[in-house]
Amino acid sequence: MIVVARTGNEAMAEAMRQINPDVVAAYPITPATEVVQLFASFVADGLVTTEFVPAESEHSALSACVGASAAGARVMTSTSSQGLALMHEILYIAGGMRLPIVICLVNRALSSPINIHCDHSDSLGSRDSGWLQIFTENTQEAYDTTIIAVKAAEEALLPAMVTTDGFIISHSMERVEMLDDKDVPIFLGERKVINSVLNIDKPLSFGSLDLQDYFFEHKRSQIEAMNTCLPIIEKAHKEFGDKFGRYYPIVDEYKMDDAEVAILCLGSTGGTAKVAVEKMRAQGKKVGVIRPRVYRPFPKDQLLKALAKVKAVAILDRAETMSGQGGHLYNDVRAILYDAKSHPLIKNYVYGLGGRDISIEELESIYDEMFAIQKSGKVDKDIVYFGVRGE
Amino acid sequence: MKAKKGWKELPEGLVLEAGSSLNFETGDWRSDKPIWDEKKCTHCLICWIYCPDSAIIVENGKVKGIDMKYCKGCGICAEECPPKIKAITMVREEK
Repeated sequence: MIVVARTGNEAMAEAMRQINPDVVAAYPITPATEVVQLFASFVADGLVTTEFVPAESEHSALSACVGASAAGARVMTSTSSQGLALMHEILYIAGGMRLPIVICLVNRALSSPINIHCDHSDSLGSRDSGWLQIFTENTQEAYDTTIIAVKAAEEALLPAMVTTDGFIISHSMERVEMLDDKDVPIFLGERKVINSVLNIDKPLSFGSLDLQDYFFEHKRSQIEAMNTCLPIIEKAHKEFGDKFGRYYPIVDEYKMDDAEVAILCLGSTGGTAKVAVEKMRAQGKKVGVIRPRVYRPFPKDQLLKALAKVKAVAILDRAETMSGQGGHLYNDVRAILYDAKSHPLIKNYVYGLGGRDISIEELESIYDEMFAIQKSGKVDKDIVYFGVRGE
Repeated sequence: MKAKKGWKELPEGLVLEAGSSLNFETGDWRSDKPIWDEKKCTHCLICWIYCPDSAIIVENGKVKGIDMKYCKGCGICAEECPPKIKAITMVREEK
């Protein structure tokens, strides 16, 4: 083990160096640029044996990834925001073809207005594309999860995105415990390939036309893979923990055992909320954090277990569904609570769009509002836009 | 016709044997079909030239019939067959 200071992007690039994928095809975009820029330097310096394909767009980059993955290669790329949006068409193709490509995704707002800072509209806008989605809270988690995701994706035969929050994690330097270079390939092993386009002894067709008579059956098979892959993701995390000592849950619960109210959020805000929890607990206020790391597939059972512990939950969404119904997480959580035996009062806080900071003090104010809701038994307003001027 | 497979029987990720389009009989799409009258046919081969699906079967310079596996019933052959000959007529496909 080596202890280093790394930004989120550097940590993800280091993870990619140690994974040494067969193929990386990429096109740079802020704030994910450094991931592939650093990786390109690893290629140039001979630190990896990867075939690096600098593509002319993200659409082409992910298309090249699809081709390489269908050939049996271990494939990774990195992107953000508009880049992921340009990949959107190919995301569904990778999912449908069951190709375990891993994207290091740096969350950034989607235009318009043009903005390079963090929100979750890019990743959450791709939530239905058949990719595993794991949100990380800090640099260490981003590094570890990048490695774990390769294992989980290849075992589930599903592509995966590992996300960090743009600038907040991607450009902030933190302490990172890196694994030894030799341990990562041993942990991952070789990718097991059932079918390859390069097997000339057994020629096959990939990604072919599929109309009314078979499309639905093939889609159903993909849906089943997504419905049943959580234990595979859990197993990959456990194997990582058993080998390297760092365990990560599907849903991170912080001080939830005796909590009365909680904040439920994705990504780096979880870390900020944990500091708010420490401050409030010093004042005797029993508060906690629920942070789904895995967002797709949606971890229903794990979330219901956590939600059942508290009386009121603030659901924080760093994106909007533009449906008149608030944010993505809020909608998903409301859906799973429908047939829950008992459920907490919930309130949706859409916050932080375009990278607007959320502070410890602001999160404390949200906890205070949750206590007021717990006391009154009523949610005054179910969806609020938190931290925006003019409300 | 063979029973179609359920989703559990299919290989994951839509992988098929190569060249499987040969197994796909695109004549399935047809709603009208051509009837060729051998007695009237003068073997001018205009239908063979115009057929967009190469479905006119020709052997030794003579029309032998129509390949109904691939004929899509577009009716171009019947339209192009010389008016005085009219060796091809279109009728409704009934299944």
